[in-house]
Amino acid sequence: MAIRRGRGVAAINYPTGMNLGGDPTQALVHSTPTGNFMVTLSSVDLGQGMKQIMAQICAETIGVPTDRVVVDTADTDTGPHCMGTFASRGTHRAGNAVIQAAREARQVMLEVAAEELEVNASDLETDGQGNILVKGAPQKSISIFDVALSAHFKRGRSISGRGMFLIPRSYPEKDTGAMKPSTCYAHACTVAEVEVDDETGEVTVLTVKNVFEIGRALNPRMVEQQLVGGSWMGISHALYETTEPYYPNRDHGGTDFNQYLMPGPGDLAETEIIVLERPSADGPYGAKGPGEMCANPQIPAVANAVFDAVGVRVDTLPITPERILRALKAQAAN
Amino acid sequence: MELRKNYFADVRKDDLHEIGQPRPRSDSPGHVTGKTAFFADRNFPGMLHLKMVRSPHHHARIRSINTSEAVKYPGVVKVLTAKDVPHNVYTILILIQIGPEDETVLADGKVRWKGEAVVAVLAETERAAQEAAAKVKVDYEVLPAVFDMEEALKPGAPLVNEYHGQNYYLYDSGECRKVRFGDVEAGFAGADHILEQSYQSSPIEHAPTETTGCVVAPEGNDRFTCYTNTQAMFFTLDNASIILQMPGSKLHFVGGTVGGGFGGKVDVIVEPIAILGAKLTGRPVSFIYSREEEMQISSPRAAEKVVIKDGVMKDGRIVARKVTGYTDAGAYSRHSPYGAQKGAGHYPGPYTIPNVWIDTYCVYTNRTPSSAMRGFGVTIGDFALEVQMDKLARLIGMDPLEFRFINAYRDGDMKAHRQPTEGAALIECMQEASRAANWPVAEKYMAMSSYKNGA
Repeated sequence: MAIRRGRGVAAINYPTGMNLGGDPTQALVHSTPTGNFMVTLSSVDLGQGMKQIMAQICAETIGVPTDRVVVDTADTDTGPHCMGTFASRGTHRAGNAVIQAAREARQVMLEVAAEELEVNASDLETDGQGNILVKGAPQKSISIFDVALSAHFKRGRSISGRGMFLIPRSYPEKDTGAMKPSTCYAHACTVAEVEVDDETGEVTVLTVKNVFEIGRALNPRMVEQQLVGGSWMGISHALYETTEPYYPNRDHGGTDFNQYLMPGPGDLAETEIIVLERPSADGPYGAKGPGEMCANPQIPAVANAVFDAVGVRVDTLPITPERILRALKAQAAN
Repeated sequence: MELRKNYFADVRKDDLHEIGQPRPRSDSPGHVTGKTAFFADRNFPGMLHLKMVRSPHHHARIRSINTSEAVKYPGVVKVLTAKDVPHNVYTILILIQIGPEDETVLADGKVRWKGEAVVAVLAETERAAQEAAAKVKVDYEVLPAVFDMEEALKPGAPLVNEYHGQNYYLYDSGECRKVRFGDVEAGFAGADHILEQSYQSSPIEHAPTETTGCVVAPEGNDRFTCYTNTQAMFFTLDNASIILQMPGSKLHFVGGTVGGGFGGKVDVIVEPIAILGAKLTGRPVSFIYSREEEMQISSPRAAEKVVIKDGVMKDGRIVARKVTGYTDAGAYSRHSPYGAQKGAGHYPGPYTIPNVWIDTYCVYTNRTPSSAMRGFGVTIGDFALEVQMDKLARLIGMDPLEFRFINAYRDGDMKAHRQPTEGAALIECMQEASRAANWPVAEKYMAMSSYKNGA
């Protein structure tokens, strides 16, 4: 009887969005009289940071600092349609809609600035600090604050834009299954290292090294939050969680967090996250959806590591001490 | 976290101002100081609390429902049964023409899983609602139930859901969603080794910090505001509009700040009945799941069974892959028919295999209806695929990581569902993992690339 060590690897891809009905999301953008920008959506922030990331996408596109953008979301009286926050679609779909709306608003902003500066709109650029400059002659400039005042009080223009993301709905071909179920794909490869106590069946995940390719890290600290949380959830899924411990028997289902097992702070693996960025052709600034993907590769990586450690396969989730011991027993009997 | 900027630097512009910057989240201070307002922070004078009478049986006919004692119970304002729901039989994906309607808001004549909602009680306090719910007498005739997917698919199994007529979802392609690519039998015939294995999972819970719920307030002008933690505002509003037979213009949904979803808050369960309660009483209504309801009543991730049969060559090439997937939908469809289909579009994984055969079934059993969850239709498939890859590598005596390089998809490769691969990066993820985990692979694999013209 001993504590035995093993490691396992898994590599996966993950589709962004679910092309069922075309996966639509819309956005509206407008400026206040003093040149702050409102993004209006009906998209839902589940805690992943939707509001913040939409503000950054809008700010980048218009050419202003992020703190000049306010996101108003999820009131059906004011926000345009969003299919919902699921299927790793939130950032990708809403982000594309916000870019389109912000581009339209930026164009009006530049036209008003052009009138004020008596140049062509195509000769103008933003400095990202709240000003509009003439390309090649940056001393000739106007603040966005003044542009907005001019648009609202002098020139009668609405600095605003409408954005829409929609792809043609894909109907699977019934004989071959030919279909376009999603847009771009995110990728991952995880290596997990475990210790298995072959006397108790207990598994300790020592380290988990996750490499995620996510198109672009729009906000590195925020994506890190999501990826670390996902990695924890994958380990939990592999070793701990089930509402029906004796599936398909329905008895003994947990009804609170005392009975529904998940790894606590003392059970956390040493977690490493490495991010690669291959910008997608159709993503907002190349972003793909990593939200679901990041909780997947740990499950098979841990399963493979358990086999590497003790030489038995548990092909039923979750991989509990009981199942490992039964497999070891069966192995010893053969 | 480390960003490895050396990969794909030739196709990426890194000269942006706001994108790529670790700006602090605008909502973090509110979250960590308890100032952020969630739906349950709304409190209205005269608000009623809704509690459900739920089926104690997995499968039963309802002979009669007697609510007379509950109606008289102190504090009770309204008791709702199936006949009070304008469009009681529904399915959420009907919005995008994925039928048939197969689920009742409140059970009518039959219950198909333990915990199914039968009667809704609205009272002045949560306690009164709970106590009155216990006074409702439902006379059940218990029916045989089926919990196992294989049993459910056998002839003569108890019929779970009459709206389907059989214990599986009927696609336009028949009893399963099919993908056919190349000639899988010819592939097996020419393979050096065949490996067929089965994988199984059981349901898991989303376990959000905040349980599912909503608070509905009449606006006084025949409109109703529903404060909700749904993950999909208009999807929920439009489904509520169908169930309640009310024009969408009479409904106003407010939400967007949610304490964790993970796919568990897209089923449109609490909002329609709470709005109906507000409409029939003229008072605000709160319907919030207890933790027990969240864990046993709200949809879990579906249990899945995946059978993978592979043909592999001694040199490491997978030449044929046949996958049969079974998704345990529980008693009703909810999002499961789409989950099973999403699996069909995901197999055979990120590998280029010339001959592929995929069948995915959505199966009905007498358990809590499963639905969407983080990784819907894919997570369990990835578990099965990647354990299978490990087994195949060991079968032919090859390093599991090197074996994946041989089969990894690259730009331009045709997938089984007949979409060309674009923007692949599996190879680069594996190269970086090889370095990070100190798991060396042969130099020729480290020289590979996902690009079409790559090595």
